[in-house]
Amino acid sequence: MSMKISTRQVDGVTVLDLSGRITLGEGSVQLRNAVRELLGKGSKDILLNLADVNYIDSSGIGELVSAFTAARNQGGELKLLKLTKKVHDLLQITKLYTVFDIKDDEAQAIAAFSKA
Amino acid sequence: MVSRFSYTLDSSLDSVSKVEEAAEDLAQKSGLDEDQTFQLTMAVREAAVNAVLHGNAYDPEKKIVASFENNGSSLIIRISDQGNGLDPATLPDPLAPENLLSGSGRGIFLIRSFMDEVHFKLLHPGTELTLIKHLDSTQKSA
Repeated sequence: MSMKISTRQVDGVTVLDLSGRITLGEGSVQLRNAVRELLGKGSKDILLNLADVNYIDSSGIGELVSAFTAARNQGGELKLLKLTKKVHDLLQITKLYTVFDIKDDEAQAIAAFSKA
Repeated sequence: MVSRFSYTLDSSLDSVSKVEEAAEDLAQKSGLDEDQTFQLTMAVREAAVNAVLHGNAYDPEKKIVASFENNGSSLIIRISDQGNGLDPATLPDPLAPENLLSGSGRGIFLIRSFMDEVHFKLLHPGTELTLIKHLDSTQKSA
């Protein structure tokens, strides 16, 4: 039940397509390493596609926040795309829904980066 | 009819998975709907993570104990560790503006959000969390 990450570039934005669970241990570590590697290479605009993330725990939520602040601290941006209902509800409960820039449409999400 | 079972487990992520599966099984057998099952399972998982990670700090010499009970009117789950003990009064509020961007500290908050009752008991050593979900009249005992 680990998480899978695939990476693609769209108009200067790195899109990470995540699938599976972002939980303590493998999933959250994978996400942390992927974002750290991108920021290290100078890819500072990151869109996390969570359409296929069916489960996230408090550790995974913390990892999303850490990725968000890491990108911002380096002058970049991290946005979220296509939340499942469960992830959406968790971000609302934890008041993070207003912290993240969350989009349902990929083209709109990419455009939001270029306008920034 | 009361049903009750318990596990004594190592301080590992495999144990967290086992506890999570047991919680999901109990929720489904007790007639909880999909959302309630998700919430209960997540709360129990967070409690198990807390015991393994923050309580026992993955110490191979220390165990966690997870017990599950359906007494016909409530589901009662107890998770205990052998760590230094957790005082819930010391936990920061994850919704406070200064904590909103913290990379951790949301586990107990989520447990409280999803359960009807949460109780902390200091053991010597360790902490026992009791999570209670009240069943409605359409939900049956396991």
